[in-house]
Amino acid sequence: MTGIYFWVLAAVTVMASLGVVLQRNPMYSVLLLIVSFGGLSGLYITLNAPVVAAIQIIIYAGAIMVLFLFVVMLLNVPTEDPPHGYHARLLGGAGPRWFGAVLAVVLMGELVFALSHLASTPLPSGTGNPTSIAQIGVRLYRDYAFAFEVTSVLILLSMVGAVILARKES
Amino acid sequence: MTSIVEFIQAHQMVIAQLVLILGIFLMLQISAAVMVYFERKIAAWAQQRYGPYLVGPSGILQPIADIVKLIMKEELRPKSADTFLFYLAPILCATAAFAAFSVVPFGAETTFFGLLERPIGLQMTDVNVAVLVLFAITSMGVYGIVLAGWASNSKYSLLGGLRSSAQMISYELSYGMSLAAIIMLAGSMSLRGIVDMQAGYWFGFIPKWYVFIQPVGFFIFMTAGVAETNRAPFDFPEAEQELVAGYHTEYSSMSFALFFMAEYINMVTVSAVAADLFLGGWHGPFLPEYLGWIWFLIKIAALLFFYIWMRWTLPRYRYDQLMEFGWKWLLPLAVVNLLVTAAVVLGAGW
Amino acid sequence: MLTEPTLNHYLLLSAVLFSIGTVGVFLRRNLITILLSVEVMLNAVNLTFVAVDRYLNTVDGQIIVFFVMTVAAAEAAVGLAIVIALFRHKETLNPDAFTNLKW
Repeated sequence: MTGIYFWVLAAVTVMASLGVVLQRNPMYSVLLLIVSFGGLSGLYITLNAPVVAAIQIIIYAGAIMVLFLFVVMLLNVPTEDPPHGYHARLLGGAGPRWFGAVLAVVLMGELVFALSHLASTPLPSGTGNPTSIAQIGVRLYRDYAFAFEVTSVLILLSMVGAVILARKES
Repeated sequence: MTSIVEFIQAHQMVIAQLVLILGIFLMLQISAAVMVYFERKIAAWAQQRYGPYLVGPSGILQPIADIVKLIMKEELRPKSADTFLFYLAPILCATAAFAAFSVVPFGAETTFFGLLERPIGLQMTDVNVAVLVLFAITSMGVYGIVLAGWASNSKYSLLGGLRSSAQMISYELSYGMSLAAIIMLAGSMSLRGIVDMQAGYWFGFIPKWYVFIQPVGFFIFMTAGVAETNRAPFDFPEAEQELVAGYHTEYSSMSFALFFMAEYINMVTVSAVAADLFLGGWHGPFLPEYLGWIWFLIKIAALLFFYIWMRWTLPRYRYDQLMEFGWKWLLPLAVVNLLVTAAVVLGAGW
Repeated sequence: MLTEPTLNHYLLLSAVLFSIGTVGVFLRRNLITILLSVEVMLNAVNLTFVAVDRYLNTVDGQIIVFFVMTVAAAEAAVGLAIVIALFRHKETLNPDAFTNLKW
């Protein structure tokens, strides 16, 4: 049963990520990325990690993407202009786009080749137990407590930095 | 005929679940219509006038008249609006509003008088991270408003949409902190588990509801809930409509109806979650366990009355006052609440 | 085609997503889309962590995912603040326009 969930969600995620990268209008890119996060959240649920799935939606899709959306709307970001100039006329007008597309296919081909030669490692059978929040809480606050505190300082720093950087020079 | 009955008998859990889901969906829509009527009636009582009284006995059929009017209206769209996003925004709002109710339980496990072989809880689904799911879907509701403001392609809509969504994400923090305090007390993230911890009485007559242990938490939750649903006194982005324009100014007919339905259903969801978390859910005196949903409805009705009463009594906050209140007063209060709860839970070994 | 997904499937999916993100970073000429592609890459890595977690039956990967998400949030905030500051300066989001440090 997990089979069909995996394939559908994987297809949605890959299509949405392709859309993010290929869309001209940045508003649509942001929305497609939200769809891709939804797909990933579903994949986390198939991997018995409901807490990570919920946190993905809350933090990524619910907070970070709202931030991106605000910036796109406030700056009224124009759609990207097509390539012009010297570099666009390389390779007989094909320009960096085609070259980049070829390189991308090569990169993906390499990764797929390397990974498909791993021994097939099936996941532990049965549905297993979904990770409970208690387990995560214990590990986070007992073994990773220092990293947790440092991360909170990091967020504070980034908050202060963002406010200062985006301020108007008056 | 008997084969149909056999089929139903064989798959009864699935069919019971589907019937429950359909029932909840219809119940939410009807509750939106009922809210429309009661809002106008209670507003009228507060202002010492009659509310709607012409359509049907004492105006009960007024929501139907409203719905028919809205369906018949012309669907307008500004020419320079982004069509896809323009129509997606109210759909997102309404979907998030309905989806948030999917993890809210409203009754004890029942077998419907022996029709089912196993008891089924009165809710759509029982997830053991229900509180997180609720929070996640509430966060997604912001997008409908942001996109509505953007897709209308009008300055005032954009500003209204930005302000409204900024307000919603600011008050989400206090909302989450008060939820965290409750989770600490209950030791479970499943809403059904939290309600089950509130069964019983202290000294025989005071019910073990969390509102008595966490009054500050209840206040924070309700305030943040009112701000989340953009209701008075935190409805400056909507009231801009009276002054200038809000995020749904360019919408008409059913899109507009979807926005308002989403708002009322969000109110119902916040009230339902508050009733579950703080007011003991479906536990109440005098009624047997399987009729607990009546108590639940009474509690939700009381909270909704409180919502409407607040709207027509209090003046609204100005936008900067609203944001200052959310960040500088409510959030520190929520953090202190959380710390004190944590100290007591650890110290008293609850 | 509807086989039960093994660890390899998840790793492959993660690799595909990572390369899509890399392509986005290199080929797009809009600062915001570049930042979005970086988010795609981070998510691909998150997927790897959670998949291996399931295979090894531990919780550590999910803790690391938690930290990755937090750091991504911090990075997105600062990155977008820089984008706003740049846009205010030059009214464009094309990274080719910011050539002051080029010799």
